[in-house]
Amino acid sequence: MTVLKSHSHLKQLEDEGIYIMREVAAQFDRPVLLFSGGKDSIVMFHLALKAFYPGKVPFPLMHVDTGHNFPETIEFRDRLVEKYGVELIIGSVQDSIDEGRVEEETGPDASRNALQTVTLLDTLERHQVDAALGGGRRDEEKARAKERFFSHRDVFGQWDPKNQRPELWNLFNGRKKPGENFRVFPISNWTEMDVWQYIAQEEIEIPSIYFAHERKVFNRRGVWLADTEFVNKMDTEEIEVRTVRFRTIGDATCTGAVESHASNLEDIIQEVASARETERGTRHDDKRSETAMEDRKKQGYF
Amino acid sequence: MTDTKLQVENTYLNMDLLRFTTAGSVDDGKSTLIGRLLYDSKSIFEDQMEAIEKSSKSSGEEEVNLALLTDGLQAEREQKITIDVAYRYFATPKRKFIIADTPGHTQYTRNMVTGASTADLAIILVDASKGLLTQSRRHAFISSLLRIPHLVVAVNKMDLVNYNEKVFDEIVADFKEFSHKLDISDITFIPISALQGDNVVDKGENMDWYNGTTLLHHLENVKVDAGENVRDFRLPVQYVIRPGRTFRGFAGQIASGHIRPGDEVKVLPSGLTTKVKEIVTRDGNLEAAFTGDSITLTMEDEIDISRGDMIVRKNNVPTIRNEFEAYLCWLNEKAMSLNKQYILQHTSRTVQVYVEDLLYRINVDTLSREDADNLELNEIGRVKLKTSQSLFFDPYQINQRTGSFIIIDLASNVTVGAGMIRAGSTVSKKHVNVSSGKEISPNVVWEPWNIPREEREKRNGHKAKVLWFTGISGAGKSTIAKELERRLWEKGKQTVLLDGDQVRHGLNGDLGFSLKDRTENIRRVGQVARLFFEHGNIVLCTFVSPYIKDRQAAKAMLPNDSDFIEIHVTCRSETAKQRDPKGLYEKAKKGEITNLTGYDSEHEAPEKPSLRINTDEITVKDAVESIIDSFEL
Repeated sequence: MTVLKSHSHLKQLEDEGIYIMREVAAQFDRPVLLFSGGKDSIVMFHLALKAFYPGKVPFPLMHVDTGHNFPETIEFRDRLVEKYGVELIIGSVQDSIDEGRVEEETGPDASRNALQTVTLLDTLERHQVDAALGGGRRDEEKARAKERFFSHRDVFGQWDPKNQRPELWNLFNGRKKPGENFRVFPISNWTEMDVWQYIAQEEIEIPSIYFAHERKVFNRRGVWLADTEFVNKMDTEEIEVRTVRFRTIGDATCTGAVESHASNLEDIIQEVASARETERGTRHDDKRSETAMEDRKKQGYF
Repeated sequence: MTDTKLQVENTYLNMDLLRFTTAGSVDDGKSTLIGRLLYDSKSIFEDQMEAIEKSSKSSGEEEVNLALLTDGLQAEREQKITIDVAYRYFATPKRKFIIADTPGHTQYTRNMVTGASTADLAIILVDASKGLLTQSRRHAFISSLLRIPHLVVAVNKMDLVNYNEKVFDEIVADFKEFSHKLDISDITFIPISALQGDNVVDKGENMDWYNGTTLLHHLENVKVDAGENVRDFRLPVQYVIRPGRTFRGFAGQIASGHIRPGDEVKVLPSGLTTKVKEIVTRDGNLEAAFTGDSITLTMEDEIDISRGDMIVRKNNVPTIRNEFEAYLCWLNEKAMSLNKQYILQHTSRTVQVYVEDLLYRINVDTLSREDADNLELNEIGRVKLKTSQSLFFDPYQINQRTGSFIIIDLASNVTVGAGMIRAGSTVSKKHVNVSSGKEISPNVVWEPWNIPREEREKRNGHKAKVLWFTGISGAGKSTIAKELERRLWEKGKQTVLLDGDQVRHGLNGDLGFSLKDRTENIRRVGQVARLFFEHGNIVLCTFVSPYIKDRQAAKAMLPNDSDFIEIHVTCRSETAKQRDPKGLYEKAKKGEITNLTGYDSEHEAPEKPSLRINTDEITVKDAVESIIDSFEL
């Protein structure tokens, strides 16, 4: 790969991400890195490896597991954990359902995506986490555009978007009262293109479902959903085999695939450069209402 | 891989990054401008466009409201206002851009200061149909206060004034009229119509008279690292990496300057020196690291370094002090309180702080100074701060990373203030009160020295000082000062000697020896001493200066009391009369002159001078030695 000049945007974004990682490790007692197996959390982990080299990453990974995963993602996660010898905390939505903390949605659009919030908050509390590093980016969604790097959450894990702490220069205020915590977003300033460019530049391994492959899918309101045991199909929905890939990876019930023949990073970058839809355009969870993301974030979503 | 693909990829990899902020209200067409930049640079996706089209329609608007792209929160969309700083991203093949879009309605100053703190460039929007308004002055002032290297004045809505060149020229002239008082190095004026698209991305055909670049072209080509301090190496230590017994790495992001293995460094606050052994990264050790790099250093010697320490070069250290002055912008509904304990966060260091004094508040609309008891939300003032431990800082104007801080409220943990540490130059409140009681030139706010004293001191290798010799004629002031200056000169120090007789021949030739004239004499000398002081000199002043209040006024002209060293030179009056170097006592005796201090006029001796020298008891040589020793000259 090309040697980068010190002023390239990727170098600056990397330096900023590493700086945030180190601030978190220094300012908080029990941070975790939220890890979904998606490309953003993989990039975050890569930054953490760099930030603390030659030391180990000084915080565990935390996966909020809906149980509705693509198997490729879970395999990838487990391999990564083993390779780098990091601790993995799993918060299970199934457990939350079994404990009666949340109720499973019903109907064709049933998804465990919204239920994650309760599991996330419960798991953070159980492990007394005071800072959760997330891969959220400001370019993803309009409510996220207003998000801070250090985002304060009250004792209920809630976000108060109208009353956020001003964030100036590179001075991040992580002071909090007992029971409160922070969400921290080291790659706030990255765009989808930056993430893909960085993955290519650093030759970072990512789950295979990001690349074009043949898959059984069906079309629901313009989005290709994978045929899995977790999705309640309607009688009118027909299964077809198409060549697709995923632009984001989340819960299998609400993450749509796009038709694509991009089988390597160069092709993906080319595709992203000419894309006319946002990456979250394939996310059914955002389409529930205009403020779906803001509403979920206020309640404690990522 | 085809050729085009290769090209696309390399294009993106070689991009650099420009962070800019936009100042102006929705009425000026700010959101429309941002929408236009995003839309014309093809950074708006179809589903985003569909969403805002739907949203515009449902709220009964005829045209697509591009402002909805930036107003992300429910409350903002409902009330059609922007509440908070929003960050937007777009890229052209040349550059990636981060826009900090700051709202123009409530809490303006707070939001603009926030957006400006990370910006390389600010776009100030002016509505051509309204001309230059007060708020543009405010935007320009905040841009200069935050030292944004580049300013673009985008004169918008040119379509509403028939693309008239004269309208544009008048606004440019008006803007220049007041901006020359501010410290802004680069201003570009561009006439645009965000609505029609003229001169935003494409030139358009409506303004043939304009020969400059389009806004986007300017954004793509402006130099990005103009504000960078490449000279002074500063590494605030963020985190210590200790994977095993042997490795100790000191991690941080280089605030300024550069470093190589083998360079001699000093660690603050311990003052211990060592050499850099390696610059460690996961991608291999580096031969050099520069401003902005997040790196890890190892050292040749095992010395104790922890978070909050700063690694600098042995011969280039920042100011180390726990008392300093700053511009402070207040960010919270709860007003600032004097002498209340707050937390101050500066680089990787967190200390307790008191605001000891509010010297004045700046009216951001008129740029004048005002007397004030406290700072309310969105107000900016000049304050004196005292911290529980020393900070290692440079003035904000030469180093933004080591010159900026935030203030945090102890009870709520909220960030309530943003500060920029000032260079030494100062007009203190004391002075305002002591001299004429009012300020002579209230409209002149910005008086930065071209080269700050700190830089001059660094090059000179010593601190600037004012040594004020007071005492009756014949006590030995001039003799001691002359000998002292010769010694300092030989030691390579920058010195200036101001002597009573000299200035009375020239600068103060119009003054006599009345009470009033004596006061004016000392006031002028004090100002001259301050000028030389700010230029890095050790200034030796030998003046009878019989009155305590005059000497105090001279002292108050300097930024810190410790900059003023008062030396009382004394002897028995018989000795003075006997020495009578200028024959003054003889003349007074004959009645040729009156008001001679020490004869028929009293010298008010300082109660607690920095040093008292009795020339009946010690020799000139010993007096000089004792001054050099006492004040480490």
